[in-house]
Amino acid sequence: MAPTFVCSLIFVYGFILWNAYLSFTPSRMLPNYEFAGLVQYEALFANERWWVALKNLAIFGGLFVVICLAVGLFLAILLDQKVRAEGFIRSIYLYPMALSFIVTGTAWKWILNPGLGLERAVRGAGFADFTFDWLINPDKAIYTVVIAGAWQSSGFVMALFLAGLRGIDDSIIKAAQVDGASLPTIYWRIIIPSLRPVFFSSLIILAHIAIKSFDLVVALTSGGPGNASDLPATFMYAFAFTRNQIGLGAASAMMMLMIVAAVIVPLMYSELRGTRRG
Amino acid sequence: MRIRLLSLTQAASVTAIFVCANAWSADVEVLHWWTSGGEAKSVAELKKIMESKGDTWKDFAVAGGGGENAMTVLKARVVSGNPPTAAQIKGPSIQEWAGEGVLANLNDTAKAGKWDDLLPPVVSNAMKYKSNYVAVPVNVHRVNWMWVNPDVFKKAGAQIPKTWDEFAAAAETIQKAGFVPVAHGGQPWQDFTVFESVVLGVGGADFYKKALVDLDPNSLKSPTMEKAFATLRTVRKYVDKDFSGRDWNLATAMVIQGKAAMQFMGDWAKGEFTAAGKKPGTDYVCTAAPGTANSFTFNIDSFVMFSQNTADARKGQADLANAVMSPEFQEIFNLNKGSIPARLDVKLDKFDDCAKKSNADFVATSKKGSLVPSIAHAMAVPAASAGAMQDVVTQFFNSDMSPKAAAEKLAAAAKTK
Repeated sequence: MAPTFVCSLIFVYGFILWNAYLSFTPSRMLPNYEFAGLVQYEALFANERWWVALKNLAIFGGLFVVICLAVGLFLAILLDQKVRAEGFIRSIYLYPMALSFIVTGTAWKWILNPGLGLERAVRGAGFADFTFDWLINPDKAIYTVVIAGAWQSSGFVMALFLAGLRGIDDSIIKAAQVDGASLPTIYWRIIIPSLRPVFFSSLIILAHIAIKSFDLVVALTSGGPGNASDLPATFMYAFAFTRNQIGLGAASAMMMLMIVAAVIVPLMYSELRGTRRG
Repeated sequence: MRIRLLSLTQAASVTAIFVCANAWSADVEVLHWWTSGGEAKSVAELKKIMESKGDTWKDFAVAGGGGENAMTVLKARVVSGNPPTAAQIKGPSIQEWAGEGVLANLNDTAKAGKWDDLLPPVVSNAMKYKSNYVAVPVNVHRVNWMWVNPDVFKKAGAQIPKTWDEFAAAAETIQKAGFVPVAHGGQPWQDFTVFESVVLGVGGADFYKKALVDLDPNSLKSPTMEKAFATLRTVRKYVDKDFSGRDWNLATAMVIQGKAAMQFMGDWAKGEFTAAGKKPGTDYVCTAAPGTANSFTFNIDSFVMFSQNTADARKGQADLANAVMSPEFQEIFNLNKGSIPARLDVKLDKFDDCAKKSNADFVATSKKGSLVPSIAHAMAVPAASAGAMQDVVTQFFNSDMSPKAAAEKLAAAAKTK
């Protein structure tokens, strides 16, 4: 067997199984291998903070994926119009990808802080009533994570779409033009549908970024104000590593795995079936 | 053949030297997260003392957070059967680690050093598991301090509050004068720190012990606790609007710069004032949080010692324990860190007025029984329950939950195991 295969067998699947077992144990500070049934899962679903984290994941994941896809596609279409200095513009949009989420989070923390950033700047420019305090508003904090995440990842999605657009056969478009189709119709009926595989891979990449998202939240809001912008990953870290509740942390990690599976497996299945039929 | 013989004897003598060296010096590996300025200086002192005793100091510093990263590394080391000599662990976690059966017994060292006489019982009990010493105390922090900028109070025409009722009046006056009454950082542990001072001030030390140490459900749900939450809501009213996520030292800076009037924070805040060249008594005032002048919430840093297999390692461990307890180290370390020595016989001539007051209150409250462990700093209850209670407090602080609902939630959270 190839070494990489063995490594992934142990370090990915082996540890998934180990974690699954831990989630059925009463482990607290150190792993404890006594079997305790579903106690940890019961505790997890009785925990209010876990529900906040799940709700936030739904808001963040949904908006993050949709906004990234929409913005990425829009930018790609604009860039595909044979504009001047395309390479330069492309690099500018791709540049956020080169930053780590920690940097993105910290920068946006400063930009969105009402006392330091945007709000203060606009007020300084003469609009005294302007308020933008989402970062410190428990009901809105999760949306700031969406803003920062979309800023970081849209450029990457744009690059994927741009590659997809370049792969479309010119003759189809020319044929459509000959038939008298307008440009929006060409995009809507021909180009976007033929980008289906790109949508699929973007969706998978974005969905897993969203579900495992950790560093962005830690840097931007640290899960706050209060615990209002907690995500499952930050929840898992807090319980497994700072509160001596490894069993509960393991259970929440298993739930994250289930969420990833629930999103990705049907997608892959439909896509694979689609290609087989096609 | 002769050459071979020679090299053999050489090898033997080299080995002998190594064995000798081993008998004299032990590797002492200490896991800690004192990596910032004053703290790092303090650790360097400890290293110097250990090296003067002939031991080899192996620094095992893991930076970051309140030691979360260090704990993760430590767990991995202990599970793999290779624990360090000592690690910076405090509060009920000491007993949790001891319960795993991985800690060393320090009774001999403690007896020789007369620890029972030198330490107040509250401190020595915290260092023991089933009446055996397993840890060494380094310092005592007082948490229920209020840091005041007297200039702001003077400009606003307000009096430094002694009770929570006076606090509300003073804060109102200060706000009207255009200052921020309370400098606060909206991080869960800071919310929890303010909360514990409020509970202590509203309910007194006995109530604090029943509710936040013994976790008695009736006390947690009592009208006194509701009143404490209502008082916390009052504090929330006088915090500026950009407080979310602010680090504690930035909040301290607001007091130093005269933007804010007061901050509720432990005595590590003093380091910020000192670094800014401010003098206690004139530029800033350290006073107990309203209503808590006769009590003391403590936060004690300590080293636990892990079981060692060899006599050398045990010798190094005893050296380390003695070094940490020595008056020289306790003095220099606490001068750097802003806390006070854990042993009672250290002369405080070099310490400032805040530390002297802290020490006097420490001794007095330890006799009166109003010396209580800080729940916000993991001294009172195990991490799981403290964490769940912190969630409730921070949720209350950042929402419009009613005090009654908060008290009930707190009682439910306290049951977390």
